[in-house]
Order: sequence, then C-alpha cells, then structure tokens
Amino acid sequence: MPDAPGLELIRGEIERDRPGAVLATSFDRGQAALIVDPVQVIDVLTWLRDTPGQRYRFLSSLHVADYLPAEPRFGVHYELLNRDRVERIRVKAMLADPEGDALPEIDSCVELFPTADFQEREAFDFFGVVFVGHPDLTRILLPEDYVGWPQRRDFPVGGEPVTFTYNERNYG
Amino acid sequence: MADTRLSEDLTKEVMTVNIGPHHPATHGVLRLIVDLEGEVVRDLKPVIGYVHTGIEKSCEDKSYWKVIPFVERMDYVSYFFQMEAFCGAVERLIGLEIPPRAKYLRTIFLELNRIHSHLVWLGTTALDLGAISMLWYCFRERDRILDLFEMAAGQRMHTRYFQVGGVIEDIPLGFEQKLRSFVEDMPVRVGQYQALLDRNEVFLQRTKDVGVVSRERLLELGVTGPLLRAAGEPWDLRKTFDYLAYPELDFQIPVGTVGDNYDRYRVRVAEMVESSRIVGQALDLMEEGPFIADDRKYVLPPRSELSTSMESLIHHFKLVTEGFRVGPGEIYYAIESPRGELGCFVLADGSAKPARVHFRDPSFVNLQAFRDMAMDSYVADMICSLGMLDPILGGVDR
Repeated sequence: MPDAPGLELIRGEIERDRPGAVLATSFDRGQAALIVDPVQVIDVLTWLRDTPGQRYRFLSSLHVADYLPAEPRFGVHYELLNRDRVERIRVKAMLADPEGDALPEIDSCVELFPTADFQEREAFDFFGVVFVGHPDLTRILLPEDYVGWPQRRDFPVGGEPVTFTYNERNYG
Repeated sequence: MADTRLSEDLTKEVMTVNIGPHHPATHGVLRLIVDLEGEVVRDLKPVIGYVHTGIEKSCEDKSYWKVIPFVERMDYVSYFFQMEAFCGAVERLIGLEIPPRAKYLRTIFLELNRIHSHLVWLGTTALDLGAISMLWYCFRERDRILDLFEMAAGQRMHTRYFQVGGVIEDIPLGFEQKLRSFVEDMPVRVGQYQALLDRNEVFLQRTKDVGVVSRERLLELGVTGPLLRAAGEPWDLRKTFDYLAYPELDFQIPVGTVGDNYDRYRVRVAEMVESSRIVGQALDLMEEGPFIADDRKYVLPPRSELSTSMESLIHHFKLVTEGFRVGPGEIYYAIESPRGELGCFVLADGSAKPARVHFRDPSFVNLQAFRDMAMDSYVADMICSLGMLDPILGGVDR
C-alpha cells in the first residue's frame, strides 16, 4: 500500500496531468483510496497503469457497493495492484442514482483491463450499473429475463416469490 | 504446428454444440457453447449462473459471525480459505489482533485444505484423461484430511472452524500425532502419483503443449494462482503479502516454464509437497497459548465461565443475539487460495450486519482465460484444459 503521504503525492501528480479528476482521497485501516470523478475514471486508471513509476498494471477486483442512503449512492471500486512494489490502491467512482427508470452509467475499462469483462457484467447484473463501451453487457449470473437489480440495498431479501408445483396445482 | 495436426479435417462447416450444464466433464454446473469445425474448437462461450444462490445478498441480512457458514459454501472445495478471507477482513476492519497460536492453527488448516483441494482436482482431472485409479488414490488421501478436519472441528466439510479473532477450539489430543503421520506420508504419496503420471505416455501426449496461454495474456485476464505460476510468473500472495504465519515459514513457490497443461499439473503437484512442508514446520513452531483473542466485545467467552460470571453471560447473550457492531469502513483483504487470489470486500455501516460482502473469486476470473486455452484445439483437449483450469462452480456463481 502507498502510505498516506504517498497517496497525496499520487493525487498531486494526477492533479497536474488531469485537473479535477481526483475529488478526494481516503486512507483508512492501511488502505489507500482515490475517489475520482466518474467521467474521468478511465483517464485516472490509464494514468495509474501506464505512468512510469506507478504502473498499477493488475486489476485485482472490480466490484460495486451500494451506499444507500448516502448520495451519490453507488460506488464502483477498482482494486489495482502494482506487482513490483506489492502495493494496492483502490480507485472509487461514486455514481448517483438517476431519476425514474434510468440506470447509472460509467465508462467500461475492458479495453484497459480485459479481466474486467466478467466483473463488469456481474456489477451490471446485480446493481444495474451500465458500463458504456462494454462489448457484451448482459446478465451473467442471473437469468437473462430477470427483472430488477437484486443487490441494491432497497431490494428486499426474499423479495421474489418461489413457485412450487404442488402449490401451483392445488392452490394456484 | 496446428496446421499439421489439423490437416485431416473432412469438413469446413462450423457446427455449434452445447455442452452441459449437467456433464461430468464440466466439473460442476457449467454450460459451454462451442463452435466446432470438425473436432476443432473455433469459438467458445461459457455460460454460468446455474448454481447462483445469492450468497452475497444473504450475507447482508446476517450478523457478522453468522456470515461465516454462508461464505464457506461458495467455493465448496476450499472452504477454509473463504472463512479466512472473511474473518481476516472483519478482523482488519475492527483492528483485532489474533493470537500467534491461532495464526499457526489457521495456517495449518489452510494448507491442509490446499492439499485437499489439489487432490480433488488431480483425481477428477486425471479421471477425465482416463486415469481412473488416480481418483481412488487421491480420494484415499483426501479422506485422511477430512478425518483430521472432523477430529478438530467436528465436521468433515464446511467446518466453521475459523472465528473472528481466532479459531473456535484448540486441536484435540492425538491430533498432532495424526497430523504428523499424514505430513510424513503425503510427500511419499505425491511421489507415487508422479510415478504414475509424470512420464506416462498417454498423459504426456494429452497434456504437453496443450492449452498454452502466454504469461502476458494471463496477467491481462487477471488470472492468478497455479495457472499463472505454470506460465513462469512466481506470484504468490503468501510470499508477497504479510498474513498469518507465512512470513515465518520456509517454503518455495513452484513455477512452470511453458504454461501448458503439463506445467499446470506439475505446479499443483509440487504445491502439495510444499504445503505438507508448511504444515510440518507450523507444527514445530507453534507454541502453547490462547487460540482465540480475548476481546469479549467480539469473541464468545469460554463456556465454563457462563455458569459463574454474570459479565460473561451478558457478553455471550449480546454476541449471540445481536452480534458485534463494526464501525463504518471498508476493507479489501486478499489471500492465496488453491485457485489464486481470493479477495473479500466488506463494507461496514456501523451496524451488526455487513452492508456488503463481495468475494473476488479466482475461479470466476480465471474462467475468462478458458477461451484462450481451448481455441483451435480438439474438443478432447478442451475438456483437459477445463480440468486443468480447475473452476469450482459454487465459487463462480456464488
């Protein structure tokens, strides 16, 4: 992990190249995180991946967390890893929930990190976060005709009726 | 090379074939949609999700200590690793240090589980290639490991042995002796497997130069674990990150050179020997002491105190009914599972239940490399490559 001053150095360098891209930093329990502007997330990821001296070339994990009731609500997490220095850094883009049936959107990083393919599909499947530019953004674990985004915090556990043939036949 | 091998094809027509989801050779409920030209795979798409049970969602409805048995059931062959990933993440969230003996006990059980997982892999994969006797040999040793699990935890699988703060119970009398005899036997057994397979003509023809994917491509695809090490990349979280007792133990990271299915086999088999070395050393270095942390806010008081101490009874009652609260924060904790980087992300919102539990399952990520492994090879080699990939569909689908 970069330590707290190291994280601020990284922030400063990104700020010079891409002004306004990093909104905040957090250093908590030994883990460094950059909170970035969702529009510029690909710029920041590219910078972290390709800048000499940084080279966070391995994307360990991409996942989404729902911070309800906080606003903006969805956090897209990128766990980056520099294998030479054995350092992890988390890039976090916070997305607001748009009005009505619209879905939150963020640019896909599949071209940058091919490993994100399945993981972006999983995030779309469970949270309804649209990764713009993903080659095949379809549901991956749930059935393709499933309605709803079940890992959102406002989706109830057991919110789905289970139909048993016995009940259907006798009481349906 | 591909051209000379594949010059006999009689047809140019591409046919799409469905394999699975219920097929013994897919090692779980995995469906493959394969485009075949003759017997050659020209395109492939894995379809997953058949055993998705919403474990991550269910975890959000359980207090922290009740999540442990849930996460164990994701990757049902390496359950100790899921427990360690989750318990370790929660311990780091609350800043709870576990006692040295607990670290060693956990290391011992993790490495036993690694041997167990590799044995299941070796038995079933060799079975795919026609070596039926390997299955019986591997499951014979696997049973000894399960006996050890049963002796220590009372369960053969899904033991719930790890707790937040340590392990639930110390190892019983006679366990150490039994474990030592296993650790002494295991390298000999591995030698016997190698005598059967290493220079076996059929095995060599089926695995040598099959399913090769370059190291760069594997890294792009996020592949970790024995698959990556077989391609020559000595990347192992046990060496690079500091967790449990691994920094104090002396062990080696086996690597391959070519990255074909034969190297994948060799790396895993060598890992079994290394794991038994680790267990032996951990037994030697482990000292007497508490096996679980003493912080009563997070750890159940000893059973014997409940009838004499009111305070212990209150702690017990609070922990069992409500569970413990974890201050707001988030953590990503990754360990080296038998299949690669197993990461656990926990988001705490200050209540007694996690707001999000996410597992970065190595099988799920590694499965993306399967298309690269199987492209332009025979169907039969595709089955071999799938076995060597070693996906556990419970972990893939969660």
